[in-house]
Amino acid sequence: MSKKHPNHHKYHLSGNEPQDSEALVEVQEERPVLLKHYIIGFISSLILTLVAYIITINHVADRNILFIILALLALGQFLLQMFYFLHVGREFSPKFKLLMASFMSLVVIILVGGSLWIMFNLNGRVMPTQSQMVKYMNSQNSL
Amino acid sequence: MLLSLFANLLGKLSLKQLPHDPVTAVGASMIVAVPILLAILLTVTKRWKWLYREWLTTQDHKKIGIMYIIVAVAMGLRGLADVVLVRAQQALASGNSHGILNASHFQQIVSAHGTIMIFFVAMGLMFGIINLIVPLQIGSRDVAFPFLNATGFWLFFAGMALINVSLVIGDFAATGWLAYPPLSELAYSPTVGVDYWIWSLEIAGIGSLMAGVNFIATILKKRVKGMKLMLMPLFSWSVLGSMFLVVFAFPILTVTLTLLAFDRTFGMHFFTSSYGGNMMMYVNLIWAWGHPEVYILVLPAFGAYSEVVSAFARKRLFGYTSMVWAIWAIVVLSFIVWLHHFFTMGASPDVNAFFGIMTMIIAVPTGVKLFNWLFTLYKGKLNLKTPLYWFIAFVVVFTIGGMAGVLMAVPPLDFQFHNSLFLVAHFHMMIVSGVLFGYFAAITYWFPKFFGFKLNERLGRYAFWNWLIGFLLAFVPLYILGFMGATRRLDHYSASLGWQPLFIVAAIGVVFIIAGVVFQFLQLVVSIWQRNNEGMSHKDPWDGRTLEWSLPTPVPIYNFARLPIVSTRDAFMAIKKAKLIDNRPYEPIEIPKNTPLSILIALGAFLFGFAFVWHIWWLVVVGFITTVLSIIVRSMDEHPTRLLSAKQVEKMEQSYKEAAV
Amino acid sequence: MGDLATTSLSIAKSNRKIEQIENDNTTLFGFWVYLMTDCVLFASLFATFVVLRNNTFGGPTGAQLFSMPYVLLETMALLTSSFTNGLALLSAQKRKVKQTLFWMGLTFVLGLTFLSLELAEFHKFARMGDSWTRSGFLSAYYTLVGTHGAHITIGLLWMAVMAFYIFKRGITRVSLKRIRMMSMFWHFLDVVWIFIFTIVYLFGALHA
Repeated sequence: MSKKHPNHHKYHLSGNEPQDSEALVEVQEERPVLLKHYIIGFISSLILTLVAYIITINHVADRNILFIILALLALGQFLLQMFYFLHVGREFSPKFKLLMASFMSLVVIILVGGSLWIMFNLNGRVMPTQSQMVKYMNSQNSL
Repeated sequence: MLLSLFANLLGKLSLKQLPHDPVTAVGASMIVAVPILLAILLTVTKRWKWLYREWLTTQDHKKIGIMYIIVAVAMGLRGLADVVLVRAQQALASGNSHGILNASHFQQIVSAHGTIMIFFVAMGLMFGIINLIVPLQIGSRDVAFPFLNATGFWLFFAGMALINVSLVIGDFAATGWLAYPPLSELAYSPTVGVDYWIWSLEIAGIGSLMAGVNFIATILKKRVKGMKLMLMPLFSWSVLGSMFLVVFAFPILTVTLTLLAFDRTFGMHFFTSSYGGNMMMYVNLIWAWGHPEVYILVLPAFGAYSEVVSAFARKRLFGYTSMVWAIWAIVVLSFIVWLHHFFTMGASPDVNAFFGIMTMIIAVPTGVKLFNWLFTLYKGKLNLKTPLYWFIAFVVVFTIGGMAGVLMAVPPLDFQFHNSLFLVAHFHMMIVSGVLFGYFAAITYWFPKFFGFKLNERLGRYAFWNWLIGFLLAFVPLYILGFMGATRRLDHYSASLGWQPLFIVAAIGVVFIIAGVVFQFLQLVVSIWQRNNEGMSHKDPWDGRTLEWSLPTPVPIYNFARLPIVSTRDAFMAIKKAKLIDNRPYEPIEIPKNTPLSILIALGAFLFGFAFVWHIWWLVVVGFITTVLSIIVRSMDEHPTRLLSAKQVEKMEQSYKEAAV
Repeated sequence: MGDLATTSLSIAKSNRKIEQIENDNTTLFGFWVYLMTDCVLFASLFATFVVLRNNTFGGPTGAQLFSMPYVLLETMALLTSSFTNGLALLSAQKRKVKQTLFWMGLTFVLGLTFLSLELAEFHKFARMGDSWTRSGFLSAYYTLVGTHGAHITIGLLWMAVMAFYIFKRGITRVSLKRIRMMSMFWHFLDVVWIFIFTIVYLFGALHA
C-alpha cells in the first residue's frame, strides 16, 4: 500500500470544512468549469437560435438552401452546448466521455442517415402516387 | 352493475382466456406446477429465509450470474419443448394429415421459440457468464453499479415471467419472433398475444440496457491499476464490444416496441396500413436493432473461445492486437448491414448493393478471428477436452453457415432464399454454433472456478457428439428443403412436394439433441456425485492464464483481498511464473448491502406490463408507482454499502486457505 | 508503534476517500453512458418523425398547426433554464446553499413554464380534433415531442426532490454528485430540443 496514489495529482483533498468530513473532497476528472463557459454557451446558443428563427420566418433564401443552413446552425449549437454546457472534451485523459459521445454520434448518423436513405428510396419505388393508385383501382374494376 | 364494475376492474381479462386445447393446457399446467412445486420444496426444507438472504436480495455479481444461467437453462428447456412440437408438426403435417397443432397455435409456438431462445436463453447465458467472469478478469472487487446490475437481472426475470404467463392466460403472438406489422397491428391480431410479446421484450430489454451501462462502466473504470486496455484479456474485450452494441442498439428496440404498443393501445398510426402509417419503417427499425443483436450474442462467445483456445492449446493467444481490432471492426460494421434482412422489400439496386457489400465486408474481421484461433492451436500442446471439442465443432459449423451467409449477402440470390428454410438453416448454424456452443464451452471451462470441481469428461463428450450429430441432422435437411422451395413457418404442405422424408430426418435430429441435453444434465449430476474423486476437485485445473484463476474457490464476496499487480497480458500466468508471494497487509473493503428493492422495481414493471396487456388501467398505475417509489426509496438510502474491516478480511481469507488444504 | 498505527489508519482513510471519489466519477460516467443511450432513443424517434412527416392523410400539416412565435417562446424558456441550471451547479460547487437553491428554483420555474406551454399546445391541437389518432404525422409528432416532455417532467420531479434534499442536508459529497447528474440531464434535454426546434418546427414551417 503506497502512500502516494498514482492518480494523486488529479485530486484535491482540502480540509477546511468542519461539519462533514465527506464533503471535503473535490471531484476533478475534468478541467474546472467556469462561469464564462456558461455565459459564452448561453449567448452563442441564443444568437444561433434567433438567426435560425429569423431566416425561417422571412424565407430569406430558397427552401433547399435554408434546410442546409438550418441543419448547420443546429449542428453548431449542438457542438457548442456539448462543449460549454456538458463539458465534453474537457476531461483529463483517458477521455471516455468523449469516446462515448463520438461513438453515439457515429451510430446516430448511421441510423438516421441510413433509415432516411432506405425509407425515402422505398417511398419513391414502392409507394404509389395518387394518379398511379387511381389507375390501379380502375384496372381492378375492369376485371 | 357490480358485475360490470368488476369486469372493468379486470380490463379484457376473463376466465375465458384460460387455455382450452390439450397441448396448451399441458404447457400451462407445467408453468403453474413448477413454481408451486418449488414453493412446496422450499417450505418443506425451510429454505425460504436462506433463499431470500443468499440469493433473491443479493447484490453479488457472481450469484446474479448464476441466477441468470439458471433462468436461461430453464427457458432453454421450454424453447426445446417448443422445438419438439414444431418439428413433430412439420414431420407429420403433409397431405391429408394435419399434424398435432392447428395453424394459429403452430405460429404461436414458432414465435415463442424464437423469442425465448434469443431473449431469455442466449441473452441469459451471455449476461450470466459476463457477470461471473468480467469483474474477476479485470481484477475488480465488484461491478461498477451492483444495484443496477441486480435490477437488470430482475427486469430480465420479470420479462421472462410475463412471456410464460402468456401460456397460462390469453395467448401469444402468432406473428413470428419479430412481429412485423401490419399483421401485428390490432386489426389483424386482435388478441393479447402481440401485447404479451411487446411488454415482455420491453421489460427484458430495459434490463439488458442497464446491464450494458453497468458493464461499460465496469470495464472502462474499474480495471485494476496497471491493467491497461491493451493488457485486458480478450473475453473482457469482447464483452466491452458487445456492451457497446447493447447500449447503442437496445434503445432502438425500446422505441420500436413502444411505437407498436402505441398503435395497438392508443390508436396511433405509425405502422398501420392506413391513416399515413408506414409499416416498412418498423421493419427498418427492428433490424437496425436486430442485426447488432446478433453480434451482441456472438461477441462474448467469441471471447470465450479465445480464452478456451489459448488455455487448451497451452499457448498465448495468436494475434492479440488483430483480435481487438477485429472486435471493433465488427462492432462498427454490425451497425451498417441491417438492410440485408429485407433486401426484398423493394429498395433500389444501389441501396441493396451497398448493404450487400457491407455484409460481405463484415465477414472479413470474423475470418481474422477464426484464423487467429487456428494459428493459436497450431503447434500448441493440445489438451483435448470438451471445451475444445465444442470449439472445433464451432469452426466447422460456423464456416458452413457463414458461407451460406455470404451467399445470401448477394441481393439477387437473396431474392431466392428470402423467407425460406435455407435462411432458417443459416441463422441456426450461426447462432447455435457461434453462441450456444460457445457458452457450453465457457461453462465447462469456468465451472471449476465457481464450484471447485470439474465436469465429467466422458459424459461431456457423449453430450457433445449427440448435440453435433443431432444438430447437423436437424439443419442440413433444412438447407435442402429451402432450395426445394419450402418457406419458413409452414404448418402444412402438400404431399406431392416430396418434402416429408427430409422433415422426418430433421425431426430425428431433434431426438439426438434431446439425448445431448439429457447427457448434459446427467453430466452435472454425476459430476456433483463424484466431486471428491481423485483429480476432479481442482482450483486451477487448466493452468489458467487470466486473473480469475488466481482466486480461491468459491470466490469470496469481495473477489480480491489484495488487488493484484498487473503489468502484462495473461497476468496470472506471469504471477505464477515469477512465483510472486503477496504479503501486503489487508485493507478494509466496502461491499454492497443486500436489498429487496431491485425485486420491487421489477415487480412493479411486471405488473405494469401485465396490466398494459389486459388494459387494467388501475394496475398500470399501481405498477408504475411501485417502481418509482422503490427507486426513490433507494436514492434516499445514504448507506447502501457496508465496510469489512481489514481484520474481517484477514479472517475470511484464512478460512479459505484452510478450506483449500 | 502507536504512531505507526495511526499513520497507517490515516493512509487507509485517505485511500478510502480516493476510492469514494473514483466511485463518484464512475457513477457520473455511467450516467453519461445512459444519456448516450437516450440520444439513440431520440434519434430513432427523429428518424420515424421525418419518415412520417408528410403522411398527413388529409389532416393538418405542421405548417398549418404550429404557431412559430409560441414555439420561440418555449425554446427561449428552455434555453434560459439550461443556463440557470449551469449557474446552479457552479454555486453548488462553491457550497453556497442559498445561491444553489435560488438558481435551481429559477430553473424549475422556467422548466415548468416550458412544460405548461407544451401541454397547452397539445391540448389546443387535440381540441381542434387533431389528436394522435388523426394521422401518421401527428402520431409521430406527439410521440417525439411528448417523449421530450416526459423527460422534462422527470427532470422537474428530480429537481424538486433534490432541492428538498439540499434544503434539509446541505451540500454533501453525495448531493453534489447528484446535482452534477441532474445538471447533465437538464442540459441534455436542451440539446435534444435544438433538434426538435429545427427539425419539427423550423423545417415544418418551411414545408408550407
